[in-house]
Amino acid sequence: MPNSPETRAEARRLRDLFAAQGAQVIEADVLQSAETLLDLYGEDIRARAYLTSDPLRGEMVLRPDFTVPVVQMHMESHADPARYAYAGKVFRKQENDETRANEYMQVGYEVFDGQNPAAADAEVFAVIAEGLSGLPVRAATGDIGILTAAVRGLQTTDARKAALLRHIWRPHRFKTLLKRYAGGKVPATRTALLAADDPFANAGSDIGLRSRAEVEARIAALRDDAQQPPISSDEVMLIDAILELRETTPNVLSHLRDIAVDMPAISDAVARMEARVNALDARGVDVDNLEFEGSYGRTSLEYYDGFVFGFYATKRPDLPPVATGGRYDALTARLGEGRAVPAVGGVIRPDLALGVA
Amino acid sequence: MLKLGVPSKGRLMEKTFDWFGSRGVTLRKSGLDREYAGAVEGIEGVELVLLSAGEIPRELASGNIHLGVTGSDLVREKLANWDSQVGELALMGFGGADLIVAVPQAWVDVDTLDDLDAAAAAFRAKHGFRLRIATKYHRLVREFLREHGVADYQLIDSQGATEGTVKNETAEAIADITSTGDTLRANGLKILDDGLIHASQATLFRGRRKDWTDEQRKTLKTLQMILGI
Repeated sequence: MPNSPETRAEARRLRDLFAAQGAQVIEADVLQSAETLLDLYGEDIRARAYLTSDPLRGEMVLRPDFTVPVVQMHMESHADPARYAYAGKVFRKQENDETRANEYMQVGYEVFDGQNPAAADAEVFAVIAEGLSGLPVRAATGDIGILTAAVRGLQTTDARKAALLRHIWRPHRFKTLLKRYAGGKVPATRTALLAADDPFANAGSDIGLRSRAEVEARIAALRDDAQQPPISSDEVMLIDAILELRETTPNVLSHLRDIAVDMPAISDAVARMEARVNALDARGVDVDNLEFEGSYGRTSLEYYDGFVFGFYATKRPDLPPVATGGRYDALTARLGEGRAVPAVGGVIRPDLALGVA
Repeated sequence: MLKLGVPSKGRLMEKTFDWFGSRGVTLRKSGLDREYAGAVEGIEGVELVLLSAGEIPRELASGNIHLGVTGSDLVREKLANWDSQVGELALMGFGGADLIVAVPQAWVDVDTLDDLDAAAAAFRAKHGFRLRIATKYHRLVREFLREHGVADYQLIDSQGATEGTVKNETAEAIADITSTGDTLRANGLKILDDGLIHASQATLFRGRRKDWTDEQRKTLKTLQMILGI
């Protein structure tokens, strides 16, 4: 019953709860320009959202979530700090599971406030948790910022770090790249290419937009990369250790402090996590029993780049998360045309909240 | 009646007729040559429906036909969760063609999907838009590239002469069906080493709708016995 009267009533209750925290209630258009989403997420968005074409405006999309329009609205308003609440339908294509709703309500709470990111993270988590209070749900949390800090701190070239960071959200490709940079097997074709006296001997004629100069630039980059020492197995083990973390928050913090001794680059990120845990504690969240997973949020929620969380029905593991959220500073930078605003937010699905009650 | 959908023209139709004929079921076009009606001999209760190979997946899924011969690539492209909507009864051993990813031979630095991904990242940074891959197999290509972690590309729809899109600069790479690779080579393209998306062949499918009558189910059993499948 994603759209029943009960769901609408629950959506209003949650939105009012969020508004009572001082959030401005906003609305967003159902039809959004598809270009922004395609730029951000690539072709995969076509499998997840309904795209349609408008003869004058080009490709349009039925909003798959509110985050992008809310960020755009905020960037235009220049208000700072700002808190927003909204309730409305989102539309998700379900290509593989027709039992999942393709049209459902989302009620969201978004905070744009750079003064104290730890407090803002805790605020959003606590407000969402309050919306779900009394329900049989458990929270899962993670922090993409720790993984990105670890990658940035690797003793290797900027090119390799950039390639790894580009694939943070594609765990399989990330692992393959990391293995290769750590001295793993290189494809035979590449070895042959780099050994060739004239790489262009059998090249055929130049066709298409990608020029000979671009091909040469990549060969030069590959040659340079082949000269680089491998990423040490110690560092690979530390990355793996971060990805495999799956414990309560205090235990994870303790592990991360150990890892930071060998990998000082993550110290700041760990300190930020610690500040957040203290802020959560101050808000009354039971942090001692709060679960933390090192690779949480790496697959489905592509724009989150810091704190990530989700609430799951304890008795209904078959259901999608009842609520999700996280920090998306990088998204505001990409949509803000040079301007970035620290931002964190979360959404509740009222239909699921009622379904698990 | 059990409706059997068969491609309405060309080699695919002829080969299908041969395949059934050599197994004791005669299919033929009835009436005038231009008429899309057919006749079936060798079994009772089966009706021949001639239609475009591209429409057979949809008609099977909707239940308008019960059996159908078409390329396994078309079923996978056109039907979400294809194996819950149709079932494979027999791989027919003809109409073989590979759906592949191909790039210009001049890209000597690109032989694998891993290379394609890296080239796409650099291309986007330089040209300001995502690397274009021309295809008509949107679902299959997208799922394949997602599974293999290729990013920064876009699919450009191309319903024909796809091999020419790179030369015409409407795409940088293509994903298309090929049987020998000759047309690709003639157009200055090469197949990626790990660029095989799907090896397709003509396949006899059945629809999986639950509203079949007992008589239709019985007819299918008889047909399977005669065909030896």
